[in-house]
Amino acid sequence: MKKRAQRYWLGSTAILVSIFIFVVPFAFIVLAALKDKREAALRQFSLPTNGLHLWENLVEVVQTRDYMLLTAFLNSTILTVASVTLLVIFGAMVGFVLQRRPSAWTPVVNFLVLAGLIIPPAVVPTIWVLQGLNLFKTLHGLVLIEVAYGLSFTVLLFRAFVATIPRELDEAAIIDGAGPLRLFFKVILPLLKPVVVTVIVVQSVAIFNDFTNPLYYLPGKDNVTVQLTLFNFQSQFNTSFNLLFTNILLITIPPLIVFLFFNRQIVAGMTAGAIKG
Amino acid sequence: MATVTATADVTRTTAPVRRAARSSYPAWFFLPAAIIYGVLFLYPTLASFFFALTRWTLSEASYIGLDNFRQFFREPFLVQGLINTLIYGAITSGMKVILGLLLAVLLTSQVIGRDYLRAVVFFPVLVSTVGVGITFTVMMHPTEGMINETLGLFGIKGPGWLTDPRFALLSVALVDVWKGVGLATVIYIAGLASIPSDYYEAATIDGANSLQNFRFITLPLVRPATITVITLSLIGGLRSFDLIWAMTKGGPGFTSDVIASVIYKQYQAGFYGLSTAGNVVLFVLVASIMVPLSWWLNRGEIER
Repeated sequence: MKKRAQRYWLGSTAILVSIFIFVVPFAFIVLAALKDKREAALRQFSLPTNGLHLWENLVEVVQTRDYMLLTAFLNSTILTVASVTLLVIFGAMVGFVLQRRPSAWTPVVNFLVLAGLIIPPAVVPTIWVLQGLNLFKTLHGLVLIEVAYGLSFTVLLFRAFVATIPRELDEAAIIDGAGPLRLFFKVILPLLKPVVVTVIVVQSVAIFNDFTNPLYYLPGKDNVTVQLTLFNFQSQFNTSFNLLFTNILLITIPPLIVFLFFNRQIVAGMTAGAIKG
Repeated sequence: MATVTATADVTRTTAPVRRAARSSYPAWFFLPAAIIYGVLFLYPTLASFFFALTRWTLSEASYIGLDNFRQFFREPFLVQGLINTLIYGAITSGMKVILGLLLAVLLTSQVIGRDYLRAVVFFPVLVSTVGVGITFTVMMHPTEGMINETLGLFGIKGPGWLTDPRFALLSVALVDVWKGVGLATVIYIAGLASIPSDYYEAATIDGANSLQNFRFITLPLVRPATITVITLSLIGGLRSFDLIWAMTKGGPGFTSDVIASVIYKQYQAGFYGLSTAGNVVLFVLVASIMVPLSWWLNRGEIER
C-alpha cells in the first residue's frame, strides 16, 4: 500500500517538475511562433491574444533574404544525406575488416579511432588543407569533414556489431566463390541492418544539428546551412522574435520526426558503450 | 618471424579456406576511410603543432618559437578562457553524472508517467544546440525574460543570468546540463537494466533498506555507465563551443570565454597562429585530462 502511494506521489511530482523544466521552453517557442511581431516582442509566456499568426510568420521567415531558409534546408539535406551515406559504407568496411582480421595494424587503427573521439579538430590547419585541395567553402568539402569527424563513432558501433555475426556465414559465402566485395555488400552489409539504421539516425541528427563545422568550413551566404540561418537571423530578427522562434520551430521539426519514429534506435546507438564500458 | 608462423599456419589448417580468408578481408577496405581521416583530421592535427609556433597568414608562416603560447598564458582573458574551460567541463559532467543517475533510478522504478518522463527528458538531446541557446537567452533576459518574471511573482529578484559576470558561465553550463542530461539518463538506464534483480532481492532479505541497496549495489554496479557518462560529457564539455557562442559569445567581457571560443575569436581576428596555438592547448588539456582519467577509471574494471 505504501509503495503504491509513493509511486503516485513521486510520479506526479516528477511530472509537474518536468513540465516546468522541460515542456515550458518548448511551449515558449511554439507560443512565440504563433504571435504577431508586437506581441512576441514582449517575450512573455502567454497565449497569443491578437489571433494566430503562424502562417504569416512561416511565409515571412521563408521569404527572408531571398528564400535563404529554403537554400539552407536544401544544403543541410544534401550535407546530411551525403555524409551519412559515406559514413555508413566506409565505416562498415573498416569495422568489418578490423573485427575479422586482427593484424599488426589493429592496435594502430584502434588508437586512431579513440584519438578521433577525443582530440578536438585543429581548425585553422584544416582550413589550410581544405584550401589546398580547393574544397574550402564547398559543400562537398564539408561532407568529407563530417565523414572524417564521424568515422570514429561509426567504426566503434560497426565493429561491435560485426563481432555478433558468425564467421561461418563468411566462410560459406567464400566457399560459394564470393569475392571480398560480394561478401561485404551481399552478405555482411544486409546483416548489419539494425546497426546501419542506428548509425543513420544518430549521425543524421548530429550532422543536421551541426553548427560549428559549417561555421568554420562553409562560410558565406550562398551555402548556408539551417543552423547558421538561425545565427544569421538572430541579429536581423532582433526585434522580430516571432520570426526568430518560427525559425527555431522549423528546424526543430526534423529531429522531432526522427525522435517519434526512431527513438529506440537512437537510444540504442547512444548507449552502446554503457554496458561494456 | 610473423611470416614464418603465417606459412606454418597455412600448411597446418586447410589451405584453401585459409588463403581465401586472407583475401576476403582485404586491407584496402580501410583505404577510403583512412584517406579522409588522414587528410582532413590526422594531418591537420599534426600540422597544428608546427603552425602553433608561427605567425601565420595561411599563405605564409614565419617561425616565432613559443611566442603564441607565451601570449596565451600571459593575456588575462586567454588564461581566463583556460580556467573557464575546466570549470565548465567539471560542472557539466558532474551535474550530468548526479542528475542522470538520480533520473535513471527514478525512471527505472515503477512511477506513473514513466514513458512520458523518459521522452521529455531525452528529447532536448536531439534539438539544435543553437536553437536551445537562443531560446534560453531570451528566457534568461534580466528584466524581460520569463524566468526572472516568474521569480518576480514570488518576490524573488532573479540575477542577470547572462549579464552578470559571476553567473554567465554558470548559466550556460546549466543550459548545457538541461540539454545533455537526457543522454546521461538513458546511458544510466541501460546500465541499471544490466544489474540482475536477484542482488536487490537477496539484500532486501538480509534487511538492507533502499538507501543501502543504492549505495552498495547500484552505485558499484553502474560504474561502467558512470565511466561512459563522465568520459562523454567531459570530452563534450571541454570542447564546448556552440552553446556558449549562441548564448554569450564569451561575454560579458571575457568572463564566459572558453578555449574553443577563444580559438574562434582569434581565427576571426586573423591571428591564425595564435588560434592554432589555442587548438594545441585545448588538445593537450583534453588529452592530459582524458588519458589519465580513463586509465584510472578503467583500472578498477580490469581488477574486478
